[in-house]
Amino acid sequence: MYSQGLIGADSQPVEDQAFLDAFQRRIDAEEKIEPNDPMPMAYRNTLVRMIGQHAHSEIVGMLPEGNWITRAPSLRRKVALLAKVQDEGGHGLYLYSAAETLGVSREQMTEELLSGEAKYSSIFNYPTPTWADIGTIGWLVDGAAIMNQVPLCRCSYGPYARAMIRVCKEESFHQRQGYELVKSLCEGSADQKAMAQDSLNRWWWPSLMMFGPPDTDSQHSDQSMKWKIKRFTNDELRQKFVDATVPQAELIGLSMPDPDLKWNEEKNNGQGGYDFGEIDWDEFWRVVNGHGMMNKDRIAARKKAWEEGAWVRDAAKAYAAKQKQRTAAA
Amino acid sequence: MTNESGMPLWEVFIRPRAGLHHKHVGSLHASDSTMAVQAARDVYTRREEGDSIWVVASADIHASDPARSAENFDPASDKVYRHPSFYDIPDEVGHM
Repeated sequence: MYSQGLIGADSQPVEDQAFLDAFQRRIDAEEKIEPNDPMPMAYRNTLVRMIGQHAHSEIVGMLPEGNWITRAPSLRRKVALLAKVQDEGGHGLYLYSAAETLGVSREQMTEELLSGEAKYSSIFNYPTPTWADIGTIGWLVDGAAIMNQVPLCRCSYGPYARAMIRVCKEESFHQRQGYELVKSLCEGSADQKAMAQDSLNRWWWPSLMMFGPPDTDSQHSDQSMKWKIKRFTNDELRQKFVDATVPQAELIGLSMPDPDLKWNEEKNNGQGGYDFGEIDWDEFWRVVNGHGMMNKDRIAARKKAWEEGAWVRDAAKAYAAKQKQRTAAA
Repeated sequence: MTNESGMPLWEVFIRPRAGLHHKHVGSLHASDSTMAVQAARDVYTRREEGDSIWVVASADIHASDPARSAENFDPASDKVYRHPSFYDIPDEVGHM
C-alpha cells in the first residue's frame, strides 16, 4: 500500500548511532523499506533525487522519439514507436508515484524539472536527425537503461523496486524493436547501412556516459551501495553493457567508433571482457550542466506542454468541484 | 490527500481476471473518480493486466501504524497451534 496519508504524521526519528545501525541491519537482512517506515533523512533524500531524475528522464525521453512518430516509414514501425513513447509516459508516472511516497509532491518535481534545477539523463540532450536514430536509441539507450534498471528491481526501497519491475517487463520490447530496426537498415541499401553506422557513431559514447561518472568520481555511489539502493557501481554496469553490446554490433556488420576497443581475456575475473577507450567526461559534464545540443529545446518543449495543458487541468478540476457541489446540494 | 494544485491522489487496484482479487498496483492524481478510472486504464492496463479497475481516494485509506507493527503482528508468531502441522496424527490416517 502506498497510502501516503501517514507521511509527515510522525516526526523524523532522531538519527543516533543505534537508529542508523538498526536501519542498516534491516537492509543487510534484505528487508524492504516501505513508505511509512522510519528511515535516515539521507536515505530518503537520495531516493527522492534518484527516482525524480529517473522519472524526469522517462518524460523528457519521450521527446527525441516522439519527433519521429509522424514520419515512421511503415505502419509496423509507427505502432511500435507510438507504443514505446506511450510506455515512457507511463514509466514516468510509476516513478513519480514512487517518489511521492517519500513526501515530495508532483508539483515540486515538475517545477524542478521546468526550472532546470532537476537533472535527467544526459542522453536525451542529443538530437535525432535520422530515422536510424530511432533504432539506435531503442538498441543502445534502452539497452543501457535496462542494464541499469534490472538490478534496481531489487532496490531496498519497496515502491521503487515495484515500479522497476513493471518498467523492466515493459521495456524489453523497446530494446528488441530498436535492434530489429537497425538490423533491417544494415540489410538494406548501402545508404541505409551507412545511416545505421553514422547513428551508432553518434550514440555509442553518449550511451556509455549514461551509467554516470566513473566510480572514482561518483559522489553518491558508496552509501547507495551500502543501503542497497544500487547493487552495482557505475563502472561495473558500463562494463557489462559494453560486453553485451559489442557482439550485437558485430552480428549486424557495424563497428563501434572506438579504436581502443579490444577483447581482454583477463577481464571479469578471467571470463574475458572488452577494454575500451577513454570517455570524454568533459563532454558529459557539459551536457549535464545544461550545455548539450538539445537541453534548451527539451525544457522548452516540457514548459510548452505544461502551460498549454493548464486549461485541461483547470477544466477537470472545475468540473470535479461543480459535481461535488451538486451532489452536496441534492 | 490533495496536492497543491487540487488534484487528489488515488490508489489503483486491478483484477487480473474474474475469480481473483483486485490487487494494488500503484497510484495516480486525477480530478475525480471518473478521470482516475480513465487514467488508470491508460497507465496500468496497456498489456491486458486486468478486466476490472478500482480506484480509491488515498485520503480514505486508513492504515495500521508501522511503529506499532510489533505489538500488532508479532504475537501471532508464537501461536503455532493455529497451524495444522502442529498436531500429530498417525501416518495410517493418510491425508487429513
